[in-house]
This record gives sequence, structure tokens and C-alpha cells, in this order.
Amino acid sequence: MNPSTRSASRRQFLKTSSGMALFVGVSGLLPIALSCADRKKIGEQLSKQPLTAWVQLSEDGQLTIYNPAAEMGQGSMTSLPVIFAEEMDADWSMVQVIFSPQESDIYGSEGWGASRKVMLSAGSRVTTGYYSLMRKAGAQARHIILHSAAKLWKVPIGELTTKIGKVVHPEQGLSASYGEIVPFLEVPEILPDFNEKGLKDPADFRLIGKSVARTEIPEKVNGSAQFAIDIRLPNMVYAVLERGAIHGARPALKNKASILAMDGVLKILPMDHAIGIVATTLERALEVKKRLEIDWEHGQTGGFNSKDVFAVYEKHAEKKTKGKVLTEIGNVKKAFRSAAKTYRADFKNDYVYHAQMEPLNAVVQVATDRQSAEVWVGSQQGFDEKLGVPKVLGIPPEAVKINLQYLGGGFGRRSMTDFVTECALLAQEIPGRPVKLLWTREDDLTYGAFRPQTLQRLSASTDAKGNITGLSHSIIGDGGNLVASGIKNNYYDIPNQYAEWKEVSHGIRLKHWRSVGHAPNKYAIECLLDGIALDQGIDPLALRRTLMRNAPRALATLEKAAIMSKWNGPAVEGRAKGLAFLERSGTLSTAVCEISVNRETGKIKVHHFWNALDAGVIVQPDNVRAQMEGGILMGMSSVLKERITIAEGQVQQSNFHDYPLLRMEDIPESIETEMIPSTEHPQGVGESGTPLVACAIANAFLRLTGKALRHLPFTPDRVLEVLNSADREKKYASISHSN
Amino acid sequence: MAAYTFNINDEKQQVEVTEGTSLLWVLREHLGLTGTKYGCGIAQCGACTIHVDDRPMRACTLTVDGLTENQKITTIEGLSEAGDHPVQKAWIEAQAPQCGYCQSGQIMQAVALLNENPEPSRKDIQSYMNGNLCRCGTYLRIVEAIQLASKNRLAKK
Repeated sequence: MNPSTRSASRRQFLKTSSGMALFVGVSGLLPIALSCADRKKIGEQLSKQPLTAWVQLSEDGQLTIYNPAAEMGQGSMTSLPVIFAEEMDADWSMVQVIFSPQESDIYGSEGWGASRKVMLSAGSRVTTGYYSLMRKAGAQARHIILHSAAKLWKVPIGELTTKIGKVVHPEQGLSASYGEIVPFLEVPEILPDFNEKGLKDPADFRLIGKSVARTEIPEKVNGSAQFAIDIRLPNMVYAVLERGAIHGARPALKNKASILAMDGVLKILPMDHAIGIVATTLERALEVKKRLEIDWEHGQTGGFNSKDVFAVYEKHAEKKTKGKVLTEIGNVKKAFRSAAKTYRADFKNDYVYHAQMEPLNAVVQVATDRQSAEVWVGSQQGFDEKLGVPKVLGIPPEAVKINLQYLGGGFGRRSMTDFVTECALLAQEIPGRPVKLLWTREDDLTYGAFRPQTLQRLSASTDAKGNITGLSHSIIGDGGNLVASGIKNNYYDIPNQYAEWKEVSHGIRLKHWRSVGHAPNKYAIECLLDGIALDQGIDPLALRRTLMRNAPRALATLEKAAIMSKWNGPAVEGRAKGLAFLERSGTLSTAVCEISVNRETGKIKVHHFWNALDAGVIVQPDNVRAQMEGGILMGMSSVLKERITIAEGQVQQSNFHDYPLLRMEDIPESIETEMIPSTEHPQGVGESGTPLVACAIANAFLRLTGKALRHLPFTPDRVLEVLNSADREKKYASISHSN
Repeated sequence: MAAYTFNINDEKQQVEVTEGTSLLWVLREHLGLTGTKYGCGIAQCGACTIHVDDRPMRACTLTVDGLTENQKITTIEGLSEAGDHPVQKAWIEAQAPQCGYCQSGQIMQAVALLNENPEPSRKDIQSYMNGNLCRCGTYLRIVEAIQLASKNRLAKK
């Protein structure tokens, strides 16, 4: 019997009230979304029956689970399927994982605040966003197996149970693997809507919280893992763009005729912000890019100098006019009026670049009739339907197929779609042929979208006993939500708090960068706390203990980190430890780092990092460790080395020779992570490590030298400047005394 | 355009490309050996590390004209039949990669290190691997994987 006839003969239909039908085929529970024209109805249907969209089961027992999230190294290719397989009671050794179709109505997550479901891998929200959904879908898949076996064996479903990939009837001694049930699969009229009670007791978990090797690692060590940049298709051509040195500048190509005459040049596409070139080979496209003669008409950032603008920010900080209020608790003004002592400090941070190792790229093929398109891309997905491709091509979303590939790093940059829509526009010029667009590293850096530069002015008040009574935080810079995240101090008992954002816009392209505003904001807050502690003669740990008196989960991470790092133990000669606490994406974490400083060169050496976190249920402990290690190393890179500067509107760096990243010579001896056991809903971990670094290093530096690092990054030149300055922190942390 | 012949992963490969074309584009776009990655194009990141006569080189700064068919070029695809080179196995054991993009280059560099120095100290590893960037921050696990591979190799002897 050939597979297709078998499939047809055993296909079963599930009638539903809306008259839609889902089918269960011989190869399992198939998503039919792509074969049905009415996407709205499918969306409605599948929100009721999501299970059918999540898994395929074949007769040999192989189980294919769909991962709806991007895989950029954060482990979604394992974590989400683990959750599903746990509830399905599947045999993990039979599981393979593939990306789900990029159909957000079916595979999207609610809770992004949009009117519809959204597929988006950002904000460390993949596990937290899909945890309940994957558990329920897994439980429903298990229920279908049980239901089908009950029918087959003509026994009540209540007498059956499952045991790692098998359905069993203990009393009658019946047993069948899930694969053996496949020919008899039948979806019940009504699928139970499993609530927490119907799901596994976490005490019985055998995959969640255990050591499960990441599914995609073998292909990442043999070179076969496919990133979008690796796509090769028949008849494929290559595109590059020459963009202006000043963002937003409009090009006028002066040597169009001679470029078109060059061998292998297929197309020139003038765009608003660039000249696009399509050529037969990549090397030809890159060669042509160098030969373009372009006049650039003013851009949005002309005349901007990033180093000088801090003076402007300071003027804004002095102004009495209020900014956009970000948080307001109690009455800060009153707290300051009745303070025994007040403190003020400014903190600055420069622009930083994502530097994901795979430069941006995409492959798009527009059909010869221009009515449909196919896209191969590494993307963090996003709010734009089908990554904005339908819109730029003027075709309906269902005419666009997105083939998600592994991401060679995301960090927020790949939640933009600029590189995808650029490629679509180029592909439209050569319908029928796949077009691979490559951003060179120089393109990727100079036309980056950076974490915004800011000035932060913080002030605090204390009462006669040294308790912090008020905290005021003013952020000056560009970026809205990008600078506002991490402003709240929900785990510190500070009765009066105020935070505002004063906008100063420069037209610089900005974007979420791992942990967004948390890194600069928590740096400022945590360093102010240690400045106060130093001035008051209080141990930074003791200060935070007091502040966390009403936040037991936060306090537990603090105590744990103190033990791990032997906070109260003797200091190694020439070294000091620094402390930081923060909440990011729902995860609470405390870190301690140990540093030393070369007083000749100004180079900071990080020796150890210890961190304790409470992230709710830990789905993959080893992966949480990996994320903390990676997040901390990326944090160290940005804090110690990275700085984008802009002069006369032009980015001054271009590649890794002048935008250095942390290299192996600078890694700490260890990064240790401990997770507080919890049965709470899982929270995001991917961005917890990064923002801890600036605070922990600066606080260690303060304890080591008595001096404060107030401007990110802490490059050797800046460190030397601080070391050689006369002021000790004690003098300028407490700037005024009232009463 | 000119024809070039190379010995890549013990196979004779012929390509016709423009003079001066980078070996990286030849490997990736002409021959489909896409395990070798483009990261910077200026030998600063190591994502394109391959072996030429068993020595680690950056494919992005080698051009077709600078190589002969007598030189043995090895890419990640040619390191082992089934992804089971001892270094690759150690990499899996340490669960080293995150996004994975730089890992082919890291592995090729690490294999060369262990060929030269079967028992590298931590400092030796840091120094030899310093040219290979990883943005995800997998360095600690790379060190662990190299130490594992070294230990496993010695255990076999």
C-alpha cells in the first residue's frame, strides 16, 4: 500500500460547530493551516484545538514537535518541546524538533498586548509565554492517544494510563507504543481543556528540570546547522546595498551606466536610503559595491556628535521641566525635604552595537507573477505580519511563506525587519529568482541600530537612621521604552520613588539590545546604593537586606549569592567583590563579582562571578547556566570594551578591529550559577546576566579603590582617569546635607 | 575569470571564479561548504577558520590565487565522517554552542591547538583561541570542551 492512499483511507474528520474539519492522518496530527484559504477560521479553530498544530506522530513512534520560537542560542529548540513532551509523556529519544510554520494565528503567543497572537522571540519571553500552552497541548496530545487506545481496546479511558511513550492498561496487561496507536488515532468530539489540576504534578517531572541535551547542538558542531546566510538555491543571485554613512541620507548614483555595463551586474535598485545591487555572484556584488559613486543628500543625523551631547543632556537634567513620568510612588519631594541627608550622582553610557556573529542577511524569492513570495531568514519574528514582506510587496500575508532558519545571534537586532524588507524589494526586481542579500560586517555595524546613549541623574534621601526614604531617577536621552526598562525597584522597600524620561532626539537608529534599558538603569541604581552604603558605613549586603525586608524571594537570591561568593570571607590581596541585584523578565537575580585593577594600565580584570537566581520553575537547568554564563560574558564585553561613537553624524567604528569584543584572554576563572527551587511559573533568563555586570564591577571597583566608575564602558583610559582623579567617592556621593 | 583546482576535504574541487576571489566565498557560495562562516572579512573573528596543511587559517583573507592544489584544505565538513571527531564529541559533552555560528571556526582552531599541544594549560587555551570571537559568550564551555577532548584523548592512550 503506498503511503498516500493509506493516508487518505485512514483520514478522519472531526466535525466542529463552525463546520470546519481538522484531519488526523496516518502520519499523525497534521496542521492543515496551509492548505486552507480561510485563515481566520483556522485561527479560531486552532485556538480551540491547538494540539493538532504542535505535533506529528508516525507509526514507527517518531515524534516531531514544532517549535514556534526562534532559536538563537537560547535553547528554544529544546525547552519548548521538553515541556510538550513532558505532558504528553513522550519518549524523548523518539523526539525530533522542527520549526513550526510561521503562522502567528496558530503558533503565536497571546500576551504581547497586540489584538492578535504574535510570534516573537524577544524579551526573554519564549519559555514564560509558551509554558502553559505547551503543557496543555502536550496533555491534549496524550488525551488523544488515550482516547484512541480506549476505542481500540474497547475499555473505559479511565482505566488507561501512559508510561514513557506507551499507553497501557495495567489490569488487562495491554500495552502499545504511541506509534502503534497511530493507525487508530481518533480525535474525540470534545478535547478537555486541561487546567492545572489535569496536568502532571511537577514532582513527577522527568524532563522538565532535568538535564536534557540540546537538540540542535550536534548539527552546530558538524557545520550542518543551517543559518539563512547558508541558503543556496537554484538560480540564486546575490544582492548588496550601499547605505549612507549618515543614517537616512538619500543617494544619487553618478555612475549608473558604467556599473550596469559591468560583467555580472543584473540590476541596480535606487532606494530611499541606499543603492541596491544584484549580481550573479557574491564576490561580484561586493566588488561593484566598492565602485559605486554616490552623492548623498543630508541624512537624519547630520552634525550629531555623541561625545559632545552629554553637555546638552546635563542642561536638560538641570531644567526644572518635568519629563515623561515613568513611575511615581509616594512623594519624593516631601522625602527630600525631610531628609537627614541627600545624595546625587550622574551616570552615563555610550551607544553599543549588537555584534551578532552572523551579519544580517536574507533570501527572498518573489514568484514570476509577483503574487507570492518565499523568504528564508533568521529572525526573532515580530509584530509585522510575515516580517513586513507582504506590505512592501503589496500582496496578502497568506501569499508569503517564511522559512525560519537558525539565527547566528539575535540580541534584539533580529527583531527588526529592515534587512528582510530590503531583500524583498530587491527580489521583486528579479521575479522568479531567489535573491540573497548580505550585509557586510561593515554594513551591519555602521548601519546598526544601537542601544541608546543616556545620562542618568539619580538622587536619594536618607533619614537620621540611614534608611533610604526617597529615590529620584531622571533619564535623559533618546529611545522611549528602550531607556525606560529597568527603572522600577519593586523589590526594594523605598517608600518614595520617582522616575522620568526627558527626551532628546538625535535621529540615531536605536533598538532593543539584550536586556534593553536594564543594563544602564540598574547600573545607575545599584551604584548609587553602594555609594550611599559607603558614605553611611554600611555593608552593601546589609543595605540590600534592609531594602528587601518585604521581598523574600529577592532576599533569598541575595543570601544565596552571599554564601556562594563568601561575601564576608577574607578578601584576596588586591581584589574586591561587588554586589548587584535586579529583576529582569520576571527573574530575580543577585550577582557578586570579584575584580582587580591594573593601576598602570587601567585594565579591570574580572576573576569570578557568582550568581543566584529565582526564575520560577527551571525547565532546563544546564541551559539556564549557559544563558547566565553567556549573558555575563556579553555584559563584560559591553561594560569593559564596547563603545560606538558618532562624529558629524557618522558612526566612527566599522568592524571588530575598532569595535573590540571580549576575547578569551579576558574571561573570568569561573561563573557559578545557582537556581532557587520554585514551583512558580517560569520566567525569562536570557537577559538576566547581562545587566548585572556593570553594577557588580563598578561596585567592586568602589570597594577596591574608593572611587566610582560613572561612565560606561569602563575602558582602561576611563579607569585611569578615575583612578588619577582626586575625589574619593565619599566626598561626592553625598553632595548636600539638609536639615 | 579563471579556473582553479583545490584539494578540499580530500576531494579535488574545480571552480571558475574571478581572480582575487576570497577562498571563503569559494567554499561557501561556489562549493556549498557552508559550515565555514563569514563574520568580519578581515581575519578578526575567526568564524571562517579552516586548516591549510593542518594549520589554522582564516579563509576570508586567503584568495584563490594564493593557494595551490597541492595544499590540503580541511573544513568543518571534512573534520570527521559523522561529526564524531573527539573535539566535536567533547563540544557536545560540554554543551558548548549557543547560537552556533562561530562554533565551526572555534572547533577548527581547537583541533589545531590539540594537534600542536595535546595537553594545553588553561592559559595556553586562552592564548591560542584568542582570535576566535563568540558573541553568545560560550568561552568558558569552549575551554571546558578543549580540556575534555585533551583528557579523553589521553585516557585512550
